[in-house]
Amino acid sequence: MSLVLFLHGEHFIAMGRPFLDRLGAGRELHAPLYPGYDGAPPDPDFRSVDDLAYRYLDLLEEMDARDATIVGCSLGGWVALEMAVRDRSRIGRIALLAPVGVKLLGREERDFADLPFMREAEAARTLFHDPARWAPDHAALDEAAVETIALERQWAAWYGWKPYMHNPVLAKWLHRAAVPTLLLWGESDGFAAPEYGRRLAARLPDARFETIPDAGHYPHIERADETADAVLAFLENA
Amino acid sequence: MMQVWHFSEMAYHPGWESLPDGLRNVIPSRVYDPEVGADLYHRYLDEWALCDRLGLNIMVNEHHATATCTTSVCTIPMAILARETEKARLLCLGMPIGNRMDAVRVAEEYAMLDVISRGRVEMGFVKGAPFEINPANSNPAELEERFWEAHDLIVKAMTTHDGPFNWEGRHYHYREVNVWPRPWQQPHPPIWMTVASPGSAQRVARKGYVIAALNTGYVHTPVVYGAYRESAAEAGFDPGPDRFAYLCIIGVGETEAEGKRRAHQILDYSRTTPRVQPQFFYPPGYSPAARMSGLIRSGSELRIQRRDGSDFPMQDGTVEDFMAAGVAFAGTPAQVVEQVEEFAAAVGGFEHLLMMGQGGFLSHEDTVANLTLFSEEALPAIGRM
Repeated sequence: MSLVLFLHGEHFIAMGRPFLDRLGAGRELHAPLYPGYDGAPPDPDFRSVDDLAYRYLDLLEEMDARDATIVGCSLGGWVALEMAVRDRSRIGRIALLAPVGVKLLGREERDFADLPFMREAEAARTLFHDPARWAPDHAALDEAAVETIALERQWAAWYGWKPYMHNPVLAKWLHRAAVPTLLLWGESDGFAAPEYGRRLAARLPDARFETIPDAGHYPHIERADETADAVLAFLENA
Repeated sequence: MMQVWHFSEMAYHPGWESLPDGLRNVIPSRVYDPEVGADLYHRYLDEWALCDRLGLNIMVNEHHATATCTTSVCTIPMAILARETEKARLLCLGMPIGNRMDAVRVAEEYAMLDVISRGRVEMGFVKGAPFEINPANSNPAELEERFWEAHDLIVKAMTTHDGPFNWEGRHYHYREVNVWPRPWQQPHPPIWMTVASPGSAQRVARKGYVIAALNTGYVHTPVVYGAYRESAAEAGFDPGPDRFAYLCIIGVGETEAEGKRRAHQILDYSRTTPRVQPQFFYPPGYSPAARMSGLIRSGSELRIQRRDGSDFPMQDGTVEDFMAAGVAFAGTPAQVVEQVEEFAAAVGGFEHLLMMGQGGFLSHEDTVANLTLFSEEALPAIGRM
């Protein structure tokens, strides 16, 4: 089986661990943390999703990957799309969990909810189907855990502040992402609505769109098993 | 010689009551009545113009999308006052250069003002409050870097007189930077920066710029000034008192009660500062993660420390609270002189007293009386400090 590269989302990275355990069972799984997210400030020249895309294309080349699978979550889904439009020679298929990155609506409509300027409770409702269960209770966390949340927000801003979570020209190059693609969406996603996912699927050359019930923007956190089942089924058949 | 500067935020206080959920960022401008606003602009400008006759200097600033401050473009009152006044120095504290997308335009505005005023401009460069990130949509995770690139470009643009130069930086790109007019003051108008943390004080000290501490009181001011002095010493210069400025609220009256009443009204400036929806207070990456995590955890309640170390919420401090913190000085002119003297001695001295002589609902008549009485009966003694 060829390798799997998992590209993480912008927030709550550690909470994706149970999903990664399923994904990695019996497979060569690579799940790097992006520069900044890995605890070391990136080189000042390294600050865009383009940079992330080239970095992980380089990684595929270094590993001499063939027919690789990329699983990308939200921000990581955007990185995967940027990779696929550039060079799909080592990419066999991509499974994207509510990817951002493509501007589909008009200039006065948001494709992605404005998380940085929401109240904490509203942001939790936007991201999770069941925020009471999944959204971290900041008052109950220790100092280091809250600092990790602050750092994840900082690096999300670093890579995706303006234009907000998208590349304005990516939509016009999506025809180059000609690989089997699964778009998997939490039905309660308030950050990037399922409707956005359907529109994105229609713009991709070879995509199918599936939803996960009772999940928000991070289905691999809220429904780790169902999400893993769907991704693994796609891996085996695509 | 202590210099005193009068500052007002040109508040649109008539709208405050109808905006219970906050006074910034998302408030609808239908609350603003342009006829009322025009009258307010003119009276605030009149009060600044009066400073010229009273021996006071002038300080303006800018904020965006807010009813607390309707100076949305700081160089507009500066431009009007450059014509209306003859002696007062004109300080903008300041220009949020990290949030302005066109740094060369900033150099042009300041240079033009400097020439019109015949060399009376003081250039403040500020990073801006956290809630200014939203209206500017500048990337908070890059603000520090963009601020310093803008600074470098503006200074070079104002001091280059042999024709254009090229600038291809990370944040600013110009084929030909060629600022006309060149400034009156050589090599450029004095530069001021506001500082709230010892870390940023160090960088300002290495440049030798005037450092302004805003409402930092007895407890925090010496920390910031101390960091400046230390870094200045490391950089090999001994900063005189003219490198230090302090912003406070001042209310004087014929009686102690009248002075305190005026300060109490001006203090609505401080009390309304936290009236902003909490999410605008900590944009991601605006401050180091250790500080941000505290804000994520506890929300945005701002507290002010009294001299004895106890604290109170900024939103509802009394005039006595703010006086105990060294944020407000109030009473008769003689009492205010004494309070300023005591404070200046406690924090290690400064030469620029930035006096908020108007704020909130303080009326025009009260403001004129406050500034006039201060100028006649407190300024002579303060000037000798």
